[in-house]
Amino acid sequence: MSTTKTYEPSISRTEGRPLAGGEREYMIDVRTQDMEVNMGPQHPATHGVMRVLVRADGELITGAQPHLGYLHRCAEKIGESVEWLQYLPYTDRYDYLAAMNNNLGYSMAVEKLMGIEIPRRAMMLRTLCAELNRIGSHLIAIGTYGLDIGAFTPFLYMFREREWMMALFEKICGARLTYSYIRIGGVFNDAPPGWLSEVEAFCDTFEVKWREYYDLLIQNHIFVKRTADIGVITREMALDFGLTGPMLRGSAIDWDLRRDTPYELYDEICKDKAFEIPLASGEKGTLGDCWDRAWVRAMEMMESIKIVRWCLDKIEPGPVIGDIPKTLRIPPGEAYVGIENPRGELGHYVVSDGGKIAVRCRVRGPSFVNLAVLEELMPGALLADTIAIIGSTDIVVGETDR
Amino acid sequence: MLTFDPAIGFSSAVLAVQSAESGLKDGFGTNAIQDFLVGVKPEYVPAWAVPLTAIGIAIGIVLAIVSVLAMFSTWLERKVSGHIQCRFGPMRVGWHGWLQPLADGVKLLLKEDMIPLGADRTLYVIAPALVLASLLGAMAAFPLTETFYFANFGLGIFMILALTSTTTIGVVMAGWSSNSKWSLYGAMREAAQVVAYEIPLGISLLVPIMVAGSFNLIEVSQGQGGGYGILNWNIWPWVNPFMLPAFVLFFVAILAETKRAPFDLPEAESELVAGFMTEYSGIRWSFFFMEEYAAMFLYCVVGSFFFFGGFESPVTSLAESVGGTNSLLHQLGAASTIVLKGFAGVFLMMWLRWTLPRVRIDQVMTMGYKYLTPLALVCVLGAGLWEAFIAPHLWWRS
Repeated sequence: MSTTKTYEPSISRTEGRPLAGGEREYMIDVRTQDMEVNMGPQHPATHGVMRVLVRADGELITGAQPHLGYLHRCAEKIGESVEWLQYLPYTDRYDYLAAMNNNLGYSMAVEKLMGIEIPRRAMMLRTLCAELNRIGSHLIAIGTYGLDIGAFTPFLYMFREREWMMALFEKICGARLTYSYIRIGGVFNDAPPGWLSEVEAFCDTFEVKWREYYDLLIQNHIFVKRTADIGVITREMALDFGLTGPMLRGSAIDWDLRRDTPYELYDEICKDKAFEIPLASGEKGTLGDCWDRAWVRAMEMMESIKIVRWCLDKIEPGPVIGDIPKTLRIPPGEAYVGIENPRGELGHYVVSDGGKIAVRCRVRGPSFVNLAVLEELMPGALLADTIAIIGSTDIVVGETDR
Repeated sequence: MLTFDPAIGFSSAVLAVQSAESGLKDGFGTNAIQDFLVGVKPEYVPAWAVPLTAIGIAIGIVLAIVSVLAMFSTWLERKVSGHIQCRFGPMRVGWHGWLQPLADGVKLLLKEDMIPLGADRTLYVIAPALVLASLLGAMAAFPLTETFYFANFGLGIFMILALTSTTTIGVVMAGWSSNSKWSLYGAMREAAQVVAYEIPLGISLLVPIMVAGSFNLIEVSQGQGGGYGILNWNIWPWVNPFMLPAFVLFFVAILAETKRAPFDLPEAESELVAGFMTEYSGIRWSFFFMEEYAAMFLYCVVGSFFFFGGFESPVTSLAESVGGTNSLLHQLGAASTIVLKGFAGVFLMMWLRWTLPRVRIDQVMTMGYKYLTPLALVCVLGAGLWEAFIAPHLWWRS
């Protein structure tokens, strides 16, 4: 399909910024010489080493082009060069804020190829850890988003809760960022004694703190002013660009892989109606603006808490990993598994020829796909809005570049 | 004898304006340093050397005060931000890190002083000095007590506003000469922002000026003394109901003037890297920092003079009644009062900085021109009508 389709820019140069109530704020159309500004690779708001080549007419952005590849580490090629199990630690490193989810995606793809059963307790622990990690990831997403907008303090508050989450993960697997906890065939280790009650204590505290952050940042008047009506992704655009995750639900498209293509225990969780999929409604401005995306992430944290509580409720003793040999030989075939990462659909496509090493190991990173919409959103925004837009896409450069 | 004032070295233009407008105030000749020097002057020293030496000493003292202020403020900022953010801030160097600014100062002095390729060297070097010098000049008009000051202008507040606005020129120079697009953005934002907020700042100050009937800081402070204690302060609605809104406008305007959050657009660290000071390093960079903190303090002191009683406080009254008028105790009371009031304002600004997100440039402009300026004009009109028709009939105002 050709990609020459053009979209109406969110802010037109002559008609000005749309305001609530149908008014428009007019800008005097003074043309100056366009200036090309390199935002990045060393820039505090590009969330890593990404470069956005911005063409600016004063403060007004007339064009923007993201340049990727500064953090390229040949993840896929490594996946085709090392043994199945050895690749697992590399999956930690693409979306390093949600390493558990990456482990889960890769393990599920390989397990699908092997056609093995996972012990129930292992699935419980997997779901629990993946959801806890989603909370941690969204905490960073919203916290750094606040930082981009200029609010420094909520970021550190959110890091405090994330620190707790990381301490929990450290107890269960020994690592704080790159866990490699979810293995092919189960999980690495059973939860240490008392760990589950600690998770419960975390949930109890988090629910209180969440309210605080929601009032302090998401509902903050200046925050709303800075993010509402900015970077509007219409439903049509969201579908055309293949957006997934909170980016998609921020445009009120009801799609979540956890519910729509259930994997692991999500089938049961959905049957119990243990969680909902928060959908943006354009409450503070236009549907699909930056605020909506931030709001979706905030609400998803609470839904994740519900899933964690469901797992804590239903978890039973049992084995946590099947009998998996050190060197896997996987029957020939191919498998694709997409899971709902905090940033969207993380897909792993693995092909085996029956050997010890994958023939093809393709990763569909949600950040990479979501980033494509940036070019469309930037023209017409102000320089400060570009930061708000980049922040609202919540990219992890480790994943866009892999 | 030709009398010199230290501030003449900073701005003869302002001096010319003030002498033309209102003449020299009584306090002018009672400059403590000059009096002291005249007293100890040996025969063979020519008379013109005395004011020159006084100028030198005064500049030294102002520099020292500004440096100490900036050092204390950086420490305070880090502690305030730390405690707001559930951490401690600096704790290692000295008790609760109180020596941290000294360590930072040494670090900044020893850092390599880099000038980027393609920078306009002259402007690049002058800019931080100009920024700091204009603030030092403004600091000269800040009286520490009723009798201890460097310059007691009839138009004291006018001089402070004029000289602090001059820092903008230095900032624009810094941004332009750095040969960096981020710096340029920062400089242009600073220029736009300061021009927009000078107006409400000046206009909102007219309200207390009208009530006090004077531009002179000391006189404004004296006007708020009297038998009713802190109930005499300008801020109270029974003095003038338009004073509180005027103070709110003033406070918002000084936030913008001193580039503090939520108006820290010129240096917006997440947008413009570090704005106009992106390319600066070492001691030149610290000049911008000193200016920022000293300006915060100075504006807060101005606010306390015009809205919150200046030297007047229960502490000052107590010190005056115990030690007698203009005794050392009274002066200590007055000085600590004004410094504490100033730092209370500085604390408020820090509190806001670590709480609020940053606004966008169009919102800054909209707020300045569309809301603050008209509101300030309304305040002045209302206050003027109150002063003309109602205040003369109020027994507590006579």
